[in-house]
Amino acid sequence: MSIHKKASSTIAVGLVATLALTACSSDGPSAENGDATGTVNLTLLVDVSDQSMNIANAVVDAFNESQDGIEMEIESRPGGTDGDNLIKTRLATGEMNDVFNYNSGSLFAALDPANNLVALTDQPFMEGIDETFKTATKSGDDFYGVPFEQAMGGGILYNKSVYADLGLEVPKTWDQFMDNNAKIKEAGIDPVIQTYADTWTSQLFVLADFHNVSATQPDWAEKYTANEAKFAEEPALKGFERLQEVYDAGYLNKDFASATQSQGMQQLVDGTGAHYPMLTFAISSYVDLAEDAAENIGFFAQPGDDEGNYGLTAWTPGGFYVPKSTEGQQLDAVMTFLEFAASPAACDAVSDATTPNGPYMITECKLPDGLPAAVGDLQQYFTDGNASPALEFLSPIKGPNLEKIAVEVGSGIATAADGAARYDEDVKKQAQQLGLDGW
Amino acid sequence: MSIDASASPRPDRTEPGRTGSHLRKPKDHVGSRYPLWFYVPGGLVYLVFFIIPTAASFYFAFTRWTLFESEFIGFDNFVTFFNEPGLIGSLWNTLVYGFVTSGSKVVLGMALAVVLSLPVIARGYLRSVTFFPVLLSTVGVGLTFQVLLDPFNGIVNKAWTALSGMDGPGWLTNPDFALLSVAAIDVWKGLGIATLIYIAGIAAIPNEYFEAARVDGASGWQTFRSIILPLSFPATSTVILLSLIGGLRSFDLIWTTTGGGPGFSSDVIASVIYKQYQAGFYGLSTAGNVILFIVVTAIVYPLNRWLNSKETDL
Repeated sequence: MSIHKKASSTIAVGLVATLALTACSSDGPSAENGDATGTVNLTLLVDVSDQSMNIANAVVDAFNESQDGIEMEIESRPGGTDGDNLIKTRLATGEMNDVFNYNSGSLFAALDPANNLVALTDQPFMEGIDETFKTATKSGDDFYGVPFEQAMGGGILYNKSVYADLGLEVPKTWDQFMDNNAKIKEAGIDPVIQTYADTWTSQLFVLADFHNVSATQPDWAEKYTANEAKFAEEPALKGFERLQEVYDAGYLNKDFASATQSQGMQQLVDGTGAHYPMLTFAISSYVDLAEDAAENIGFFAQPGDDEGNYGLTAWTPGGFYVPKSTEGQQLDAVMTFLEFAASPAACDAVSDATTPNGPYMITECKLPDGLPAAVGDLQQYFTDGNASPALEFLSPIKGPNLEKIAVEVGSGIATAADGAARYDEDVKKQAQQLGLDGW
Repeated sequence: MSIDASASPRPDRTEPGRTGSHLRKPKDHVGSRYPLWFYVPGGLVYLVFFIIPTAASFYFAFTRWTLFESEFIGFDNFVTFFNEPGLIGSLWNTLVYGFVTSGSKVVLGMALAVVLSLPVIARGYLRSVTFFPVLLSTVGVGLTFQVLLDPFNGIVNKAWTALSGMDGPGWLTNPDFALLSVAAIDVWKGLGIATLIYIAGIAAIPNEYFEAARVDGASGWQTFRSIILPLSFPATSTVILLSLIGGLRSFDLIWTTTGGGPGFSSDVIASVIYKQYQAGFYGLSTAGNVILFIVVTAIVYPLNRWLNSKETDL
């Protein structure tokens, strides 16, 4: 009897253990895709911001209508660093959706593309894609991305009626910018809007200054990657100094420490603030805030010391990427989708559904008429060939704490020199994590 | 010890494990009815979800880990962590936060419990009100207070401006106040538990002591000082331990109110670890967790021993 009991308890234990282990394993999302009618079902993972969702919906709807064999669905994910983690985790566990969107440049490089992503180099549709974008989604000798949205610029959004009322001109040097600020302050308007409740907005003076850095030292990014150039030294220190300068001069809105990005936009549109350092992807977020906002808000690149070098720091947009876990029928279907996404039809669908914020990264695509004034201002820099890529597209290193450090410098907690030195330390960890030489 | 056990006055109540089944086998029904096999399912779950991850995390703390691959780098992560300029600040903040919240909960919890143990009007209602914040989600509380404490649009500073005519302080945005503001929110939220434990502790004091005190003509203060305070010591040690452990590893409230900011001024170890994890420095953040584990243990274990020894002295 006792032997019998022992045997049955062994079986019970075995069963429980098997069940527990089955629960741990997973088949991944692609296993249940594809149904009896021959339609291939795909899922696209997109970050949850309005901007991205609108673009993704426009492209996916147009794609689903354009053909019958493939049905694509959108799954949303958090943005920011939580999203970074989710993407890395899914890639590492082989549970990534069939196709996903993500940043280009240094964040893309951190995904270990050669091991995790399908190279698109030989696909015919890659020919129509802008070279700048291809470089920003290149790893080794291969290209991995298809552009998801439009190119952006980092610089300063300004209220045109404030400029007109005070008789100001768009500054071409930092000194002119500070002169304008002094006059704006005299008129009782906040010269510079900062919004440190959304900490990422604090980095713009540093990031958008990079054109001025690379204009004075064209090989700065390479040296920086090789651990030979530092933010604590000229010329890169300038970005931090500018952040400190506007704070020290008392040019910030009084609620800078607690304001959010949308509050900042409201102040800019209302004319209680004159300048807002920003990325141009935010253009679509202010057009509905006031009747005249689309015409009344302009954009200029962050000026440096030398008028001769004046130009724009440009960001290439995020892209669509295909994980290695997508295979067979699914992979073929994804390629059909990417071919569509790289075609003018996709751009037109996006232009219909949203307000484009800048030039498309697909050569054949044209921007529609009647866009906000700031988009025109931005486009001008690209047309004039007066734009150069931001640091994150020239170097894989971006320290995670830049926004916190920028908040410290921009609200007088730390000096520019201390902040820059601290950021150099922060960057070191990233470089080591990436296994770069010389760190 | 096991030989003496049978001679000790209460062998199977104080040391059931040590008395050993081999000494009392004939009577040990419990041992024969439930075979060791029954431990296996629970043990397996414990092994898979606790022991293995813990062991793995101690290993990964010594690697540079990208989730895709890991490289053994010895103590480098710990060196980096201790070189992190924010770490000393965050360590100090963690201690300040832990001890401020724990101390406030002891003092305020005791005071509230004494009041709520008296026959006051609407006592049941007041007890519920005190306990209510405990039931709320911490993230919800954090976001609510972020709105309430907004320096210009929040209700707290609007009231401040109405009363004093000046702009109120930036509770969560001034680097000097941010950490203490969050600690105050934590106390508001966690006070209910401390009060509850104290009410139970006071209720457990035998009534004879109070009667004897009354007969001897003790004042209210004397009753508190000589009866309630010493005899509710078990409650005090529970409150200290629970709130200190909670305070030292506090994360959710800090993250939802200030995110460790402005800058790094309200960073605690847990938020530094989380930021390393967010940045993709998985090995480094695991090393941070090992450090947090050691810090909490180093503070709480001796404290627990000390509190327990005080308790038995009574």
